Formats: sequence, structure tokens, C-alpha cells
Amino acid sequence: MFLSESSRFFTLVPWIVFAPLLGMVVNMLFGKRLGEKGIGTVASLAAGAAFLVSVLLAVALAGHPEGAIVKFAEWIQIGPLALDWAFRVDTLSVTMMLVVSGVGTLIHIYAIGYMREDVRYKNDPGRYNRFFVFMNFFIAVMMILVSGDNYLMLFVGWEGVGLASYLLIGFWYDMDTLGRPSWANANAATKAFVANRVGDFGFLIAAFLIFWNIGSLQFDAVFAGAPALAPEILLLITVFMLIGVAGKSAQIPLYVWLPDAMAGPTPVSALIHAATMVTAGVYLVARSAPIFSLSHDAQYIVATLGAVTALFAATIAVGQYDIKKVLAYSTISQLGFMVAAVGMGAYVAGMFHLVTHAFFKALLFLSAGSVILGLERGHHQGHSSDAGDPHELAEPVETFDPADMRNMGGLRRQMPVTFWVYMIGTLALAGIFPFAGFWSKDEILLDASLHFPHVYWILSAAAFLTAFYMGRQVWMVFFGPARHPAAAHAQESPPVITVPLIILAVLSALGGLINLPVSGFQQLGHWLEHTLSEVELLPFNGAIAGLSTVLALAALALSWFLYQRKPLETGDPDPLAKPLGLAFVGMQNKWFIDEAYQFVIIRPYARLAKFLAETLDWDFLHEWLHDSIIVSGFVGLARFLADPVDLGVVDKISTLLADWVRETSETLREMQTGFVRHYALSVLVGVVAILGYLLLK
Amino acid sequence: MIPISYYLILSAILFSLGALGVLLRRNALVIFMSIELMLNAANLTFVAFSRLYGSFDGQIFVFFVMAVAAAEVAVGLALVVAIYRSRNTIDIDSMNSLKG
Amino acid sequence: MSLEMILFFVLALIAIGTAVGVLLSRSTVYAALYLVVNFVSVAIFYLLLDAPFIALSQVAVYAGAIMVLFLFVIMLLGLENIAGELQWQKMIWPLGMGAILLVEGVFLVIQRVGQNTYIGSTGTALSDPALLAKVLFTDYALPFELTAVLLLVAMIGAIVMSKHEKPVKEGQPR
Repeated sequence: MFLSESSRFFTLVPWIVFAPLLGMVVNMLFGKRLGEKGIGTVASLAAGAAFLVSVLLAVALAGHPEGAIVKFAEWIQIGPLALDWAFRVDTLSVTMMLVVSGVGTLIHIYAIGYMREDVRYKNDPGRYNRFFVFMNFFIAVMMILVSGDNYLMLFVGWEGVGLASYLLIGFWYDMDTLGRPSWANANAATKAFVANRVGDFGFLIAAFLIFWNIGSLQFDAVFAGAPALAPEILLLITVFMLIGVAGKSAQIPLYVWLPDAMAGPTPVSALIHAATMVTAGVYLVARSAPIFSLSHDAQYIVATLGAVTALFAATIAVGQYDIKKVLAYSTISQLGFMVAAVGMGAYVAGMFHLVTHAFFKALLFLSAGSVILGLERGHHQGHSSDAGDPHELAEPVETFDPADMRNMGGLRRQMPVTFWVYMIGTLALAGIFPFAGFWSKDEILLDASLHFPHVYWILSAAAFLTAFYMGRQVWMVFFGPARHPAAAHAQESPPVITVPLIILAVLSALGGLINLPVSGFQQLGHWLEHTLSEVELLPFNGAIAGLSTVLALAALALSWFLYQRKPLETGDPDPLAKPLGLAFVGMQNKWFIDEAYQFVIIRPYARLAKFLAETLDWDFLHEWLHDSIIVSGFVGLARFLADPVDLGVVDKISTLLADWVRETSETLREMQTGFVRHYALSVLVGVVAILGYLLLK
Repeated sequence: MIPISYYLILSAILFSLGALGVLLRRNALVIFMSIELMLNAANLTFVAFSRLYGSFDGQIFVFFVMAVAAAEVAVGLALVVAIYRSRNTIDIDSMNSLKG
Repeated sequence: MSLEMILFFVLALIAIGTAVGVLLSRSTVYAALYLVVNFVSVAIFYLLLDAPFIALSQVAVYAGAIMVLFLFVIMLLGLENIAGELQWQKMIWPLGMGAILLVEGVFLVIQRVGQNTYIGSTGTALSDPALLAKVLFTDYALPFELTAVLLLVAMIGAIVMSKHEKPVKEGQPR
């Protein structure tokens, strides 16, 4: 009964966008008066309202799994292009809505506490409001992205989240990650924006191709028309779409922006650059499943690209010292898993991993934020005990990087809650039974072993490295001696921060329950079955699961052997440096990809731009063509027209005319004597003449 | 019976005399009188033709001419008065300030 | 030569004579009086031409109202005599033109009208003021009304122009 009537909830769907927008507007208008608590409450309530609506939509879908398309307004009507602003409510989009708004709400709550301290360490509490405005804006546009009923609406959201990402990466735009005055963060934001732009270009081309060949951008119409397309066209569409995916979901070759995106505040890293926005590419592939499924070549390319990204990013993660950078590369790696999964056609597995990853990666980032705050607190307290005046200490006396794992150590004693939730996140990410990551990663590996064996092997290696770098991180951060006074004085975070962490930890631990590979428990699979036409529900495979578990445990053991058996002391080199030699240098320096891009693309591009600007545009167009040819030519022509033509001919004519008129009037004015009788006489002469004419006629 | 042409020739003579009066005299008042003379000569032809063709139209036209003449004299004499006030003469040869 | 013809010629002589008198008289008062006589003689011509209403209007409007107005202005301004009139050396053109005009007029009349006496009906019809009034107030009603407006405007204009303008003091708005 309740379920049958629940379809009314479908009409609530616009509120998933309007609720956060409302929160954003309220904070924009009244944020100054609300105070920090008020701002945070409004923003969190707005995100929470979106979550509530998502839950209601999910309830409605339980009764009407076929979903609904809720038309909100007519949008574009140009010739054959007819698009509505319509919300698509189906199991796939609602899954994304639940993740985005659910995790988003928790992160909003977390940010209330986090930003409170962050703005004080950065000495600019005025930006507190702006942060939540941006965050609500992000939720709104992300909701547009996942709920759009056509590729153009999806693109609006796609661009919107890109903008939100840009704004939030550059949130501390006038300093670097350590708070020193610099444009480093702004540059990171620009880098993210530009890299995303390259991807957006691919997305747009794909959308153009779709419209050109099918004549519509509405999902159902596109999917209905796709099978009729030539294979080459399909491959082109998917490859260009893949460029878009690579941009947004940080895959090779466009992943480079994501590590730099860690310049944003940690809740941003957790929400946008780990849990939600970067999964938009995965969502896009899953949404476009009917297109990708038609082209085996496309599936091969996508799956391979994802797998290679997964392994490649994992190797870099091993060599990083920044706690957030490790997680960033881990995110790239895990996104590679998801992309590989949806590329293989294992959409359920991909979405499953997307959901669990949202839980545990958000958890890890937020915990890392908690660790960083703890270190900041320890750092400031350590100093204030010596110097006394806390205000002067706001200026960093020495360069202290609270995110550098070499400054940490032994934090499990100072920050027990953070430690335990971090452990849960680590085990979930490493894929240890029975945490969420185990189930989702296992499903991807199982699918890979069936469809693309080479992808399976690459992903397994990536999974091994995942467990290893997470183990390395845990040992370096929470165990061993404190390698810096700040670590020794670190303090646990307040409940507003730890409570969301605990909730996320529970989700990370139990998230696997939504799709256990046991017949009858594959809820997510059955749920998505309503939207995705082909869903494989694979049974549990002991061999694959066992092998991956063994690999993960081995990696954790290896990391213990290297990092914990003889704990690192202050200033020690990384124990990996010696055995791996040059390879570790590469890992540490991200395989010099940024430098390679700098050398191969950016510098030639800059040189080309400079050539175009200075030589082609300035010297050739401005100096030569414009100044020499056009200007002087024009001046010459103007002079010719002015002097001989205008003065000589045109003026001459009018001057002559004027002279003639003047001379004539000089003569004629003599007739105007002013004597009335002369005038009368001339009238009489006229009369006489007329009468004479009449007489002689 | 007097032929109509007699009246017409008489009015031609009167009109010519009026025209000469306008041209020869310098006294604005006399010029006005000469104009009235010319109007009368014209009226005479109207009435004569009215008689010739047995129609009222000529007489009615004379009636309107008289009305217009009355208006003209009223305005004209007011002008003469105004001019005399400002220049203290009505000699029209002394009024040539509109000379070209 | 009928009695009517004799009357015509006598009146014609009087009319021409008084017109010459207007032209030549040194005194404006005399000129005005000559003009009155001229108007009256023309009024008699109107009677001869079966137009008694016009004849009486001529006496009342011209000889009465208009000439009184003239005399009134003459007396008001004190312009009875004006010296230094009529310079003969300046008169060749006007006199020549006037003579040609006269000759042309006479010849035109002879050429076009000839010895015609009366073409249409003669007698009482034309001389009936009631019939004249009927035509005037039916066919010519609109011009008649417009004439009334014209007279009103002329009256206002005459008042405005002959009014004494008050001297304008410096710096004061009009």
C-alpha cells in the first residue's frame, strides 16, 4: 500500500537540486549574520534535505522500480534539438544521489568543525561562509549531473562540478598548502580546470557526434538509436567520451590535476576529489552502458586504460610522503578499478565499488584531515608553551608541513578515535575481509578474470600495491616514535569531526552488505538491474577472493617488515629507497609525468603561444599587416580621397555653387530696396504683363 | 440700357487711378484709400458681371469683399497708428529698414 | 442718348473726378472726402445694375464705417497735411505702367465683352434682397461664418496693435 502510493515522491526530485541551492542562497545573503554555527547548520540542513529527498526517491523506486522522468521545464527548442529540463529518476541515478547527498551531508557536518579550525590557522575566518556556499553549490550541480535526463543536462552538471572543484581547490588561492603567500593553490586550481577542460572537449565532441548521428541527446532516444550506428561511429563516440571520463575521473593521461587538487581544504578532497565528483566519469560510462556495450573495442580500451591507471597511480602512491597525496594517488588508482569495471561491462561491480569507495575514501580523507588538524594543534600548542603569545605564532616561524608523514608517528596514542576509524578505512581500501572494499574489489577482479585476463593481472598487482602503501601509511602515521614535536603534542579532534568519521567507518565496515556475492543478497545488483539492461550477478569465487586476500595480507606484512619492524626515526631515508633504487626515485617524483608534460606539452605549447602572440599576431598581424598594410593603405587612400577627390572635386563643386549663389544674390539684393512702392510697382508690371498676354493671346 | 462694357471700362479707369495712387503717393493713409478705390473698381466689375449673367454670385462676392475690406482697414489703420507711434511719421519712403 | 445714359456719364465723370482728387489732393482730409463721394457714386452704379442691397451696403460700410475710421485716424494722428509729395521725375515708371494698364483693360473689355448688354434675366429677380439672403445663407453659409471669424480676428488684432505698450523695465521679466 505504502509502496504503491510512494510514486508521488517522484515529483519531489527537483528538490535535490533546489534544497542545496536554497542553502547556498541563504548563506550568500545572510551568511555574515548567521555566524559560523548558523552557516554550517544551514548548509548541512540543505545537504541533508537533498539526502532526505533521495531516500524518499529510493523508497518510491522500491515500489516502482521502472523509475520516472520528471519534466521540470522545457529547455531548448532549436530545430531538431528539443530538450527538456527533466530529471531522470531510476535506480542508477538514485544510487548516485544517495551517495552524493549522504556522504555530502556527513562531510558538511565534518566541515563545520574542520573549517572552524582551518580558517583560524590560515588567519582568514571571513572565508568560512564562502566555503559552505561553494559546497552547497557543488551538491546542487552534482545532483544535476546525476539526475539529468539528457547528455546536455549532464554536461551542465559536469561543468558545474568542474567550476565548484576549481573554486574549492583554489579556496586558499593566495597561499600554498603550508599557508605561505604564494599562488601555488591558485595554480593547482587552474591546472585542474584546464585538465578538466581537455576532458570536457572530449565529452562535447562525443555529444556532438551523438546528436549528429542519432538526432537527440535524450538518454532513451540515444540508447534506442545507438544499435543502428556504424561500429566506427560508436568507437569514436566512446573514445571521445572516454577522454571526458579521463578528465573528470582522473585517468591516464589527464589524471595529473587530482594530486594537485589536494590544495583544497580536506573536506573538499574527501567530497569532491574522492567520493563524488571524480566518480562522475564512472557514472557517465555506467549511464551510457547501452552504447559502450555495443562496442567490444571500446570496452577493451576503457578497461585497459582503467587497469593501467590503477597500477600506475598505485606505484606513485608508494613513493609519496604527503598523507593527502598518498590518498590522492590511491583515489586515482581506485578510480582506475571502477573505470576498468564499467569498461568491462561489469556495471554493478563498478557502481558497487563506487559506493564503497565513497565511504572508505571519504573516511580516509576526513581522518587524514583530522590527523592534520591534530598536528596543527600540537604544533601551535608546542610553540605557545615556549613563546606565550599565540597571536604571533600564527605566522609560521619555521616551515612545518602538518601533512607530511615524516613529521608524524605514534599518533595512535594521541588520537585514538581517528586511529581506529583510519584503520577501518585502511582495511576496507586494502580489501581485507569482511570490510566493504573486499567485496567490491573482489567483484571487479572476478569480472576481470572472466572477461579480460590481462586486466585481472594488472588490477591484482594494483591491489597488492594498494595494501602496501596503505600499510606504509598507517605504520608511518600512527605507529613508531613521534618524529616531530608537533606529533608528540597532537590532540584528538572534537565530536563534530569524529562523529561523521564514526558513521563513515561503520558504513565502510558494513558497506559490503549491500551486494554480498551470495545468491539472495545481491541487492545492489537487483536494484540496478532495473536500469542497466545487462547485469551479471556472479557467484562468490573462492580462488579469486582468496588470492586477493593473500596478496593484501602479504602486502601489509611486507609494509610491516619494512616500516614497523625497525621504526623510522627523524631524518631516516625511506627503507624502500635502497632496494628499489631508481624506481623509487621515479615513484617519489610521480614518474616525472608532470615534468614530462611540462616538457612535451606545456613548454612547446607556451612557445607556440608565444610565437603566435609575438611573431604571428604582433609582428606579422599588428606591425606588418595591420600597421603597414592596412593602416598606411587606409591613410593613403583617405589622403587621396581627402585632398584631390574631396577638396579638388567635391568641395570645388560646392564652392563654385556657393560662389555663384552669393554673386547672384548680391545682384538680386539690390532689388530689395525696402520701399513698398517699388514692390507695388513690380506687382503692377506683372499685372500689366499678364494682361498683355491675355490681350494678345 | 447701358452696355456692360461701359461699366467695365469705368472700373478699369478707376482701378488704374487707384493703382497710380498706390504707386505715387507716400502718405500711407492715402495709399490705403487708393487700395479701397481699387477694391471698389473690382466690386463694380463683379456687380456688372452679376447683372450680365443674371446671377447672385457676383453680388455675394462683393459682399464678402466688403467684409474683408472692413477687416483690412481695421488692421491696416491699427498698423498705421502703431507705426506713427514708434516712428512719428507715416511716410512710407522713410520705412526701408528691410532693405536687402 | 437716354436719360439713363446721361446719368451714367455724369456719374462716371464724378467717380473719375473724385478718384483723381484722391490721387492728387494734398490734404488727406480732402482725399478722404473725395473718396466718400466716389463711393456714393459707385453705390448709384450698383443701383443701376439692379443690386440695391450691395448699393446700401456700399454706402453703409464704405462711405459710412470705413471712411469714418479713416477720418478718425487722420484726426487722431493730426495728419491733415503732408508736404513734399509727388516728385515727377520718379513718376515716369508708375505713370507709364498705369497708362498701359488702362489701355490693356479697355481693350480687354472690348475684346472679350464687346457691346453685350444683358445676357441673363433682367429686372426684379436680381434686385430682391430676400433672394440674395437665401443664396447667402444656404450656398454660402460656410464662407459667411468664416467671414464672421475673420472680422473677430481683425478686431482683436487691431486692438492688440493699437494698444499702448507699457515700457519694459530693465531686468524685469515680461
